[in-house]
Amino acid sequence: MEPTTTAAKPQFSPAAQAEIKRLLTHYPDDRKKSTLLPVLHIAQAEFGGWVSPEVQDLVAETLGLRPIEVYEVSTFYTMFNLKPVGKHVLEICRTGPCMLRGSDELTAHLERITGAKVGGNSPDGLFTLKEVECLAACGFAPVVQVREKYYESLDTEENVNAMLNELKSLVHRPILPWEENGLPTSLQNN
Amino acid sequence: MGRKLLTEHVNVEGIETFAVYRKHGGYRAVEKALKMTPEEVVEEVKKSGLRGRGGAGFPTGMKWSFLAKPEGVPRYLVCNADESEPGTFKDRYLMSKLPHLLIEGMIAGSYALGARTSYIYIRGELLYVLRILEKAIAEAYAAGFLGENILGSGYSLDLHVHPGGGAYICGEETALLESLEGKRGNPRNKPPFPAVQGLYARPTVVNNVESIATVVPILNMGGDEYAKIGVGRSTGTKLFSACGHLNKPGIYELELGVPVEEFIYSDEYCGGIWKGRELKAVVAGGSSVPILPKELILKTAAGEPRLMTYESLSDGGFVTGTMLGSGGFIAMDETTCIVKNTWNFSRFYHHESCGQCSPCREGTGWLEKVLHRLEHGHGSMHDIDLIVSVAKQIEGNTICPLGEAAAWPVAAAVRHFRDEFEWHVTHPKEATQPGAVYRGNLVMA
Repeated sequence: MEPTTTAAKPQFSPAAQAEIKRLLTHYPDDRKKSTLLPVLHIAQAEFGGWVSPEVQDLVAETLGLRPIEVYEVSTFYTMFNLKPVGKHVLEICRTGPCMLRGSDELTAHLERITGAKVGGNSPDGLFTLKEVECLAACGFAPVVQVREKYYESLDTEENVNAMLNELKSLVHRPILPWEENGLPTSLQNN
Repeated sequence: MGRKLLTEHVNVEGIETFAVYRKHGGYRAVEKALKMTPEEVVEEVKKSGLRGRGGAGFPTGMKWSFLAKPEGVPRYLVCNADESEPGTFKDRYLMSKLPHLLIEGMIAGSYALGARTSYIYIRGELLYVLRILEKAIAEAYAAGFLGENILGSGYSLDLHVHPGGGAYICGEETALLESLEGKRGNPRNKPPFPAVQGLYARPTVVNNVESIATVVPILNMGGDEYAKIGVGRSTGTKLFSACGHLNKPGIYELELGVPVEEFIYSDEYCGGIWKGRELKAVVAGGSSVPILPKELILKTAAGEPRLMTYESLSDGGFVTGTMLGSGGFIAMDETTCIVKNTWNFSRFYHHESCGQCSPCREGTGWLEKVLHRLEHGHGSMHDIDLIVSVAKQIEGNTICPLGEAAAWPVAAAVRHFRDEFEWHVTHPKEATQPGAVYRGNLVMA
């Protein structure tokens, strides 16, 4: 089943439901709430890279939580996008070590070539630019994270172009990690 | 070249798989531990002198011995893999290259503490590392090193990986536990400490990835042998994350005691400062520790060569010294603007403050705002004293150490680079030119 974010009530795909069921076995029976963060990650990946209020309600219902318990968590952690995003969310590290190796210049460059401003989407809907704090890859700065992949040493035009070309070539929705085929090569650990 | 106890086999083809890891001596520490009593395992770790590798440097064996053990109450070992301290990237490396090393340490540690379920809490950005760990855990289950009755010892353990959601504060152990319970990452008031009431209000030990991984070589070689490596109370080897303006940034495993100068300039390690430039300053232990100018990072105030040890880096206290912290070693060359860098770090702490304690929530905002105006040429001399005063009022007035982490870098930057802050006030036009940098404080080789 293709997940949807339209007016119809969102539903988790069977693969995602199976993954949630597996996750629930990791915690004591009376501590289902512990699965909230992993399930929010699943929800975000399933429903277009962000968690709408409807999707958050689905998460609450799935885990037997009150909606507020989901809202207060989704607004605390920076990884959850609370409004629609482009096809690829470029999370640019802006913290000290990346700044020392040119993250300011990288951000300006990415704004120029994608047409998106930090915090917003590109006109073609392909990219969202987001500034984030330290990604723990400081020795390979500057760094951008896109979904589960880190793009490192983006201090040359060549490396930046390679990243953008790779992202543009992803025509289909990337296969979600918990689906049977595993990660596509383009999303594997670099 | 010093001994490598953690990363010796890191470049072996396929070392991330159980079979290859096992062939290179993997899981011997678990076999050994299961033949010992849990108390004996704790004793070996105590003897090793291992100090927590996450930043605080608290003796791991002692932390283990504090764990409460009430009858019939489950207890937990939780691995802190929320690596987020700017400048630090060793745990990501260790977990993605050597997942079985961490799993082996988790099994031995869980056995020592009597935990039947253990968790690795990994920062949410590292979902791809979570997949690597889950794959390795499945292999360990299949090989009988996890699950029921491990190697016929009667000891059973389940191990799970749990992702965070993007929050530096969850590296603080009680915030991490809140997060693992599915809540906002608000640090808890202490006491009670996690050793008494941790995860689900049950006795819990939280240890950094590298600390847990280090239990493996400690058990293999014996705590006494491990303690012979290093200098004084800085025993063993430690992973350092070298970044900033270095020729060869990356992860280095050092026997504690290498001179800082050798670490920065030797071709064996960082290979000197990039582009043939001069070193200006170093933040030696992750963004939270005091920055030191070149002359004080290479030598102590007494003129002794500074070493990569807990004691030597903190020699001189916060007046002329710093801390080893997490080993996140950030080098800055002569073109670095200290004011801009301090503002950047303050923005980080403001962004990451959980907002629970007013001094931190408001204070970090003030620091960011006033530093922004100093950096952009709108500051006054009074502002320089103001940030020192705000930093002082945060320090010690919060329930978790994020307050100190935000305050220390500011206080140290003004302490050692006050002339550079003043220059931003007296020469706002020059200071705001692109690429402008104050060189009055530079010590040339």
